Amino acid sequence: MSIFNFFRTQKKTVAEEAKERLQIVLAHERGAGSSPDYLPMLQKELLDVIKKYVRIDEDKVEVKLERGGDFSTLEVNIELPPPAVAAQRRRQAAAGGGVRPA
Amino acid sequence: MAKVIVMTSGKGGVGKTTSSAAFATGLALRGFKTVVVDFDVGLRNLDLIMGCERRVVFDFINVINGEAKLNQALIKDKRVENLFILPTSQTRDKDALSRDGVEKVLDELKKEFDYIICDSPAGIEKGALMALYFADHAIVVTNPEVSSVRDSDRILGVLASKSRRAEKNQEPVQEHLLLTRYDPERVERGDMLKVEDVLEILAIPLLGVVPESPAVLRASNVGMPVILDEKSNAGQAYLDAVARFLGETVEHRFMKPEKKGLLDRLLRRTA
Repeated sequence: MSIFNFFRTQKKTVAEEAKERLQIVLAHERGAGSSPDYLPMLQKELLDVIKKYVRIDEDKVEVKLERGGDFSTLEVNIELPPPAVAAQRRRQAAAGGGVRPA
Repeated sequence: MAKVIVMTSGKGGVGKTTSSAAFATGLALRGFKTVVVDFDVGLRNLDLIMGCERRVVFDFINVINGEAKLNQALIKDKRVENLFILPTSQTRDKDALSRDGVEKVLDELKKEFDYIICDSPAGIEKGALMALYFADHAIVVTNPEVSSVRDSDRILGVLASKSRRAEKNQEPVQEHLLLTRYDPERVERGDMLKVEDVLEILAIPLLGVVPESPAVLRASNVGMPVILDEKSNAGQAYLDAVARFLGETVEHRFMKPEKKGLLDRLLRRTA
């Protein structure tokens, strides 16, 4: 070890980072058939279920996958329409245009 | 019994053709009758690296299609006894490689040769699949670099599932790692993956480490397999790798930075 290394902080070298990234990505690719092909399907089915209850904009759905060493997270973000307005409209329609409740 | 060796990598530009040319020449130098076959239909380059581009008349695809006899298409190397090149077509595409056609040609080659080296195209499409399908050995050419290592891992998966040996439940294709363009100085600085790291990730036996060397470009410029440049460290690394392939125990070299003293620098200008 040279004198320069002594003063350097114990930072990971880029080669070490490369190795870690490779180990993580390959662990996932070697397992159940490379990248998850089921994501588009999953997204569609999730939307179908949610649509039964809420009216949503299909463009406002975000599906994210973050692969980690020990675990991965699947994040699904669905933006719902503003509830007050939606509820009001529905009630208005049912009552044929009534007063706005408190 | 003839052995079929595929030189493969998944990724392009890592040194498959350079290594095919060097390895075939090395086996021939050891007295084995060897042929090196270009599977990169449409992007032929093995002929250039072997320096026989002006002698190509018929090619692999002509033989598959019955338009020429195998002996008409085989080019005998002018420098090394026992060495032959089977060039590919520059005008057709990979669909010209039918499995039956490739098998027929390889079977015919097996009668005459000890070793058949299949120089695979990059990718995992038809050309690459045909190059590896009939292999007994696979030399996986890898650079110490993330995309190359990932693609090598992928091609190892393909070898284990789509080769003939895999499909017929025979003994698996024997895998060998050839790490090329290795730069010990950059490794020491922590800028490049270490050979140990690549070995740990890919987990296949190491056949050789070929250092990054100006000799490789120099040799390709003049159409000479780099293994014939015995003064170069790349040439020596290939000679070592061939010896290991033949079962000899040869210590790995060129994995540590060269210590360059002033005298060294003055005396040994060429790496």
